[in-house]
Amino acid sequence: MEIAHGPSRRGFLAGAAAAAGGLALGFHVPFPASAAAQTAPGTSQSAASAPEINAWVVVRPDETVVVRIGRVEMGQGTLTGLAQLVAEELDCDWARVTTEYPTPGQNVARNRVWGNFQTAGSRGIRDSQDYMRKGGGAARQMLIQAAADGWGVPAAECSTSAGVITHGPSGRTTTYGKVAAAAATLQPPAEVQLKDPRDWKIAGKPLPRLDTADKTTGRQVYSMDVKLPGMVHAAIRDCPVFGGKVKSFDAAQVQGMPGVQRVVAVGETGVAVVADTWWRAKSALDALSVEWDEGPNAGISSASIAEMLREGLDAKEAFVGNQAGDVRAAIAGAAKLVEAEYGYPYQHHATMEPMNATALFTGDRCEVWTSTQNAEAALATTADAAGLPIPQCEVHRTILGGGFGRRATSHDYVRQAVLIARQMPGTPVKLIWSREEDMLHGRYHPVTQCRMVGALDAQGNVTGLHMRISGQSILAAVNPQALQGGRDPATFQGLNPGGTEGVLGYSIPNLLIDHAMRNPPVPPGFWRGVNNNQNALYLESFIDEMAHAAGQDPLEFRRRLLVNHPKHLAVLNAVAERAGWGKPAPEGVFRGLAQHMGYGSYVAACAEVSVSDEGKLRIHRIVAATDCGHAVNPQQIAAQIEGSFAYGLSALLHGEITLKGGRVEQENFDSYPVMLMDEMPKVESIVMPSGGFWGGVGEPTIFVAAPAVLNAIFAATGKRIRKVPLTTADLRRA
Amino acid sequence: MVSLIINGTAHDFDVEPDTPLLWAIREQAGLTGTKYGCGVGQCGACTVHVDGAAVRSCTLPVSAVEPGQKIVTIEGLSPDGSHPVQKAWVALDVPQCGYCQSGQIMAAVALLQDNPRPSDEDINAGMANICRCGTYNRIRAAIRLVAEGGETSRG
Ligand code: FES
Ligand code: FES
Repeated sequence: MEIAHGPSRRGFLAGAAAAAGGLALGFHVPFPASAAAQTAPGTSQSAASAPEINAWVVVRPDETVVVRIGRVEMGQGTLTGLAQLVAEELDCDWARVTTEYPTPGQNVARNRVWGNFQTAGSRGIRDSQDYMRKGGGAARQMLIQAAADGWGVPAAECSTSAGVITHGPSGRTTTYGKVAAAAATLQPPAEVQLKDPRDWKIAGKPLPRLDTADKTTGRQVYSMDVKLPGMVHAAIRDCPVFGGKVKSFDAAQVQGMPGVQRVVAVGETGVAVVADTWWRAKSALDALSVEWDEGPNAGISSASIAEMLREGLDAKEAFVGNQAGDVRAAIAGAAKLVEAEYGYPYQHHATMEPMNATALFTGDRCEVWTSTQNAEAALATTADAAGLPIPQCEVHRTILGGGFGRRATSHDYVRQAVLIARQMPGTPVKLIWSREEDMLHGRYHPVTQCRMVGALDAQGNVTGLHMRISGQSILAAVNPQALQGGRDPATFQGLNPGGTEGVLGYSIPNLLIDHAMRNPPVPPGFWRGVNNNQNALYLESFIDEMAHAAGQDPLEFRRRLLVNHPKHLAVLNAVAERAGWGKPAPEGVFRGLAQHMGYGSYVAACAEVSVSDEGKLRIHRIVAATDCGHAVNPQQIAAQIEGSFAYGLSALLHGEITLKGGRVEQENFDSYPVMLMDEMPKVESIVMPSGGFWGGVGEPTIFVAAPAVLNAIFAATGKRIRKVPLTTADLRRA
Repeated sequence: MVSLIINGTAHDFDVEPDTPLLWAIREQAGLTGTKYGCGVGQCGACTVHVDGAAVRSCTLPVSAVEPGQKIVTIEGLSPDGSHPVQKAWVALDVPQCGYCQSGQIMAAVALLQDNPRPSDEDINAGMANICRCGTYNRIRAAIRLVAEGGETSRG
């Protein structure tokens, strides 16, 4: 079962429609407070016994405020940011705010009162801020009303500050904790006035995260750390060739090894060993020989995939993403043509915490504890694998040891854990993937190639551009219902003619951006930044190529093309100014620029690099600007900008998943190296929210990381690198 | 049977001698602050101290731990998160997902023990732990904060 079109999606729509009188979702309270969330590992103590003012807010008698978080925390700071927004409207004491995850089962049971649990697409805050702020504001009004009722005064005469309610005329005061029980019995207000972000006192501030302390003491519980009474451990090997199956295995071979309890088939494609500890399970699995039926894809290799994509570069048929004027005429009539071909490889998410899940199946119930970016999808997978209706299943969420998209659309690890647990009713089974298993069974950043043809007139103006992308569609694999007549709209991220998500900033009179979809049999997935990564790399590198072909400064060249998009231009100007574009760089240091819009935010970067005579690259500094509309926690936005650069530059410098014999060749961090501290540049972030819209911050700056560095490498060496990663590139000066 | 001294407590564990120290810590001692990231000594998520030195416990079989050697995990660094390195981590809000941070902190403590005033190059060389969330610059800043003795006033 896939996300966004399963039964729970329909449940959501029905729930939204049922919310009385057009009230926002956040304060539709169909069930009494007794249905409040239960404790799950990794979250705060249950607030079940304390009054629930509404679905989002629980106030305990000791004045602690529990904010319920539908989205999930995976390092990106959403937990803290959403709590800040609720606390702002609630006007409570920030020092007493804690958070709690409701479970997806509770969400289903309560008509999806907490909305969408999916945490992807940099949507954690921007897509829930409205209903959550209203939830906080509604709770505040109900608390005021309860105090006013108690005093027998009009609510309008009362005010709040940091969890204290004051009746102005009499000077009497009370606290949220004292009136919470009474407030919980009141009807939610029909209307909630949200604060003007200019008046924010808690939101918009660079507050420390709520979840830091436990991450420095080892106390934070990840799903890897879940312990249940009587729990056993499973290690798994799934067919390493995509589309292959298990032919045979001999359980007796390892049955007698220390601690081994069971050797079981997992669906048609996998084998698992269950033992008293994971290390014993893994040791036995390593000793077990499995014969595979490799299936139809055993002949696939990186070379065969590259050939398949290459054909797409010339294909007559392609899906159109953005079109203006007559590009063929512009190319035919150009004073100067610029042409180039680029490529972006498969990447692996390589979350620090390998995939894992714990499942307990008891015949008529199935419960799962896991790291997921979409607990509702994990619940649907659980029910499907358990062969039980959703109301008889539950998923408990923990904080994730990294998500980056891997834990968003595919819950293969949950399915496997349930399939194993089904064979051992009553015994909790924790399934942990080894790093090798994780590397071989990713949902990889899709592979693409791109051909660019640019037309310049005699004055060096861009008169036409044809951008042909050939390669893999994520939606075709994970959510084919979202295709539009076969076309994958998401392949054009950041290249769209309009909308609020990702608009092409450049105005080019004759334009064609099209996509020849070529889908190799390698499972793709959303990988932080998604299709923006290659789209920005292709376009921003090529804009640089055209600027040089036109003999123009890359900044001035971009500025002219961005005249109709002032927000794109503003972030570009900001980085150019801060980096000192046009002024001399330190000896041996060269600069490169890039800008892009994605996930509703405008981003730009200026990279400073040097390349030694031996061709060794050093990235010294990156200046990055983000206009995300509203900035909920600027220091966490800065952290996301830094993290995005680490992730994006890791891909540029090292990242490549290759295939041979239908299987991934990389197995661990020795064959899939990632960036370490010594390669991390200094990052200067400019957070410049211009107001009036809500953009994401978890991903956007990743788009400009690679192209800014590639353009700086060109400035340093005269070499245009058009293929990622740089591992085999010769960077010695041309 | 293997005897190990972990965070000052002696344990006898019934494990095979080739069991990596990491799994004895996590599964036998039940101390899950030490993480599994790769199992091949590449990522540092499993870093603990053996007699004060940072060790990647995923590649150290328990049989290689000498009798009497003292193992310290993140849980044993301080009873309440008050070690100067932990406080600097909190002061600068270093962790994102946090999964690598036990290992980062243990590596940083060992680095600072050997070299209380590390240069940026020393830090780069001494901190070869992977962080996929990309907290490297804050880690470096937090180590400098400790080196400059600033964690108490700011933490
Ligand atoms: S788990 Fe030990 S170095 Fe990665
Ligand atoms: S904080 Fe997530 S891997 Fe380091």
